[in-house]
Amino acid sequence: MHHEAPLVPFLGLYFNLANMLMITVASAIVFIIAVLSTRKLAMKPTGIQNFMEWIMDFVKGIINSTMDWKDGGRFHVLGITLLMYVFVSNMLGLPFSVVYDNYLWWKSPTADPVITLTLAVLVVGLSHYYGVKLKGTAEYGKEFFKPFWFMFPIKIIEEFANTLTLGLRLYGNIYAGEILLGLLAASLATDAVGHIAAALPMLVWQGFSVFVGAIQAFIFTMLTMVYLSHKVSHDH
Amino acid sequence: MNFVLGAATGLNTGDILFQLFMFLVLLALLKKFAWGPLMGIMKEREEHIAGEIGAAEKSRAEAQKLLEEQRDMLKQARTEAQGLIENAKKQGDVQRDEIIALARTESDRIKESAKLEIEQQKEQAVAAIREQVASLSVLIASKVIEKEISAADQEKLINEYIQEAGNAR
Repeated sequence: MHHEAPLVPFLGLYFNLANMLMITVASAIVFIIAVLSTRKLAMKPTGIQNFMEWIMDFVKGIINSTMDWKDGGRFHVLGITLLMYVFVSNMLGLPFSVVYDNYLWWKSPTADPVITLTLAVLVVGLSHYYGVKLKGTAEYGKEFFKPFWFMFPIKIIEEFANTLTLGLRLYGNIYAGEILLGLLAASLATDAVGHIAAALPMLVWQGFSVFVGAIQAFIFTMLTMVYLSHKVSHDH
Repeated sequence: MNFVLGAATGLNTGDILFQLFMFLVLLALLKKFAWGPLMGIMKEREEHIAGEIGAAEKSRAEAQKLLEEQRDMLKQARTEAQGLIENAKKQGDVQRDEIIALARTESDRIKESAKLEIEQQKEQAVAAIREQVASLSVLIASKVIEKEISAADQEKLINEYIQEAGNAR
């Protein structure tokens, strides 16, 4: 059941070509959807523009539920992009996977811990950056000693724990979903009876995976805003 | 293709860079081509709606003011009309009385003059009759006398006639 990853070394770094392909595909899909839906903008929105505006309002709601819009407005673009990118990435591995020459080429890019942890580190890194930028270094540093000075080690651990859980939660959910889909497809559907037997659980699990993928995209965006608000807001 | 087997390599450091790069590029592109314009139009709409609400409120207040004004004017016009009617009525009454009084005096005057004229006419008629009677009686008397009466009888007769005419009046 385990497929190899198409790795190539380049300049001392290892590149997983399958990940690069899927990252590019996911980015391209998000970009195309976004541009198509905002190509004909009107004061009186119709069709897909309504959908995009709904997404914007949705992300605005997420941000507003965690922090003041005065602070959080700058993260609006980041939030929408994260939500759509993670959602599209989660969906990519659902309809099929492509295995060529025992290498797994087509999958969800978020089914790789390296990718999800990269996004998580980006988010946490951004939270520190904006913490320093908006509150100043002194106040940013003081946050680590609140409410008591001996909480400092715990606060440091919290940062790493946040990063790890943020990335691994997404990875685990999507990877597990793909593994089960792969098992159903490869192990069960080997003959005619197996095909028929696998059809229903496949259908159910794919439907559930769509749900999980959407929920995980929402959770990822939500937690991003929570971490950002912890660093940015003054009342914490 | 000669790929290195994944299990032996550990961390795909290249993927990290690639993912970071792609995400930041995607972020920048979307901000420029999609979210920016969309946010712009949403903001524009927000402002448009706010402006429209403001304008609607203003025009409503204006309409209220105009309505109030119209109502006042209507009330004023009504009282004015009432006054005019009242005035006209009063004037009509006065005029009627005047006309009636005038007519009464005129009719009195006409009656008076008619009476006067009648009296005059009667006077004239009586005078004329008296004259005629006198001349007739003289004529008759002269005719009779010519036949059989003396001058003394004639005198007596004339006087009797005159007496009678005077009594008859």
